[in-house]
Amino acid sequence: MTEDEAKKAILENLQGKSKTKSKFYLKDFYSMVPDMKPREIKNIVNKMVQEGHLEYWSSGSTTLIGLKGMGKQHQEED
Amino acid sequence: MGKHNTPMLDELEKGPWPSFVSDIKQQADKGKHILKEAPNDLLGIMEMSYVDKVTHWKHGGIVGVFGYGGGIIGRYCDQPQMFPGVAHFHTVRVNQPSSKYYTSDYLRKLCDLWERHGSGLTNMHGSTGDIVFLGTTTDHLEPLFYELTHDLNQDLGGSGSNLRTPECCLGMSRCQFACYDTEETCHQMTNAYQEELHRPAFPYKFKFKFDGCPNGCVASIARSDMSVIGTWRDDIRIDQAAVKAYVGGELKPNAGAHSSRDWGKFDIQAEVINRCPTECMCYGDGKLEINNAECVRCMHCLNVMPRALRIGEDRGASVLFGAKAPILEGAQMSTLTVPFMKMEAPFDELKELVEKVWDWWMEEGKNRERLGELIQRKSMQEFLRVIELDPDPRMVDEPRSNPYIFWKEEEVEGGWTRDIDAYRKKHLR
Repeated sequence: MTEDEAKKAILENLQGKSKTKSKFYLKDFYSMVPDMKPREIKNIVNKMVQEGHLEYWSSGSTTLIGLKGMGKQHQEED
Repeated sequence: MGKHNTPMLDELEKGPWPSFVSDIKQQADKGKHILKEAPNDLLGIMEMSYVDKVTHWKHGGIVGVFGYGGGIIGRYCDQPQMFPGVAHFHTVRVNQPSSKYYTSDYLRKLCDLWERHGSGLTNMHGSTGDIVFLGTTTDHLEPLFYELTHDLNQDLGGSGSNLRTPECCLGMSRCQFACYDTEETCHQMTNAYQEELHRPAFPYKFKFKFDGCPNGCVASIARSDMSVIGTWRDDIRIDQAAVKAYVGGELKPNAGAHSSRDWGKFDIQAEVINRCPTECMCYGDGKLEINNAECVRCMHCLNVMPRALRIGEDRGASVLFGAKAPILEGAQMSTLTVPFMKMEAPFDELKELVEKVWDWWMEEGKNRERLGELIQRKSMQEFLRVIELDPDPRMVDEPRSNPYIFWKEEEVEGGWTRDIDAYRKKHLR
């Protein structure tokens, strides 16, 4: 699977789940791209954040990742 | 009186000790911080929490600086109308310099930067070692980050599911017990793993800490997933003349520490020999002898008589894995995994080891499972298989308390099959 195909699979997967869940652990992404190793998927996910497709949510101790703009946003956090 | 009435907090200013309440009030009165109401409102919301006995903070959020998945922790209060100065009160973790050495000029610049972009309140240092800036709003984060990285040549630390800011003791810069250059190691490892520090990579947090000797001034054995603790392979060096000088009272034990009380004449038998946990020392006829094979590096004798006893010359470090704080199943110390490793730049052996550990943890670790918990769940034997090390008696803390190491069938001559009839001839029912 190419990097572009992996990105597409991740986006489709997240969009499919967006009604029930907006934030995911990094490990949840592994099953979206079963052909790739965790380290490669980690790099792709982080790249997708920099490209503006995904965004981080951090509790301070744990980081979750979701589609940019989905779920609770900054204006609603306060 | 400040903006809010804070009788409970005011109690914390009484007594002879420094008080964080006084510090915050001082910042509120005299600070040049841009977020004017933050210190006063912080006192107000803390007083409210003390009265209500519940927190009024909401932790976590999507805030951060572009491209970084760590270093900023979103924080909001749940009474923004009452305390608008801390409605948004994000924390910024700044990577401390190795061993926390900086000039007063650099500290002033850091504080000035934080007054331009935040509350002016700091925590020097967080428990992972970071310089912690307490309280700012989202619009200040990017300008703060730009100035921090471009003008002060400093970076954010780690938070979230990242590698956390590596930390080291003073090492060779101040300490005769340092068995390797902890500052160099910490610096090199920080630079090598920038990706892991700034972008989420793991199921949960991962900490490196570098102690130069088993005195453990950064407590790596208790607090880090990978603890690197200096040690030596040869013998403790003994200066017999200096031993006699301690016994005769010419040299002060513990380098003069604890001397505010009269402990009486130094008694080497009671204060050193009898306190050795493995009873590997003896003193007679004016001569100290050590059975070095039995030494477990408790450091007591070296600490008491630093002029007489010195660490060996064949130095390196032990590498341990799996310490954690007590969120699940209690606190855990790290487990000795590599008894001795030479610690020399570019630290390839250490990097190769930790990368094997990470690959396994990324693959097998559950969400929010620390490495120590994974080792417990999957067994020490499996951990050793993954990092390609053979079991070693030194990995056993005490018999029957560590996870057992079992033989595999292919390691045993004849495997698990046996001739039951032949067995019964020798062992009757």
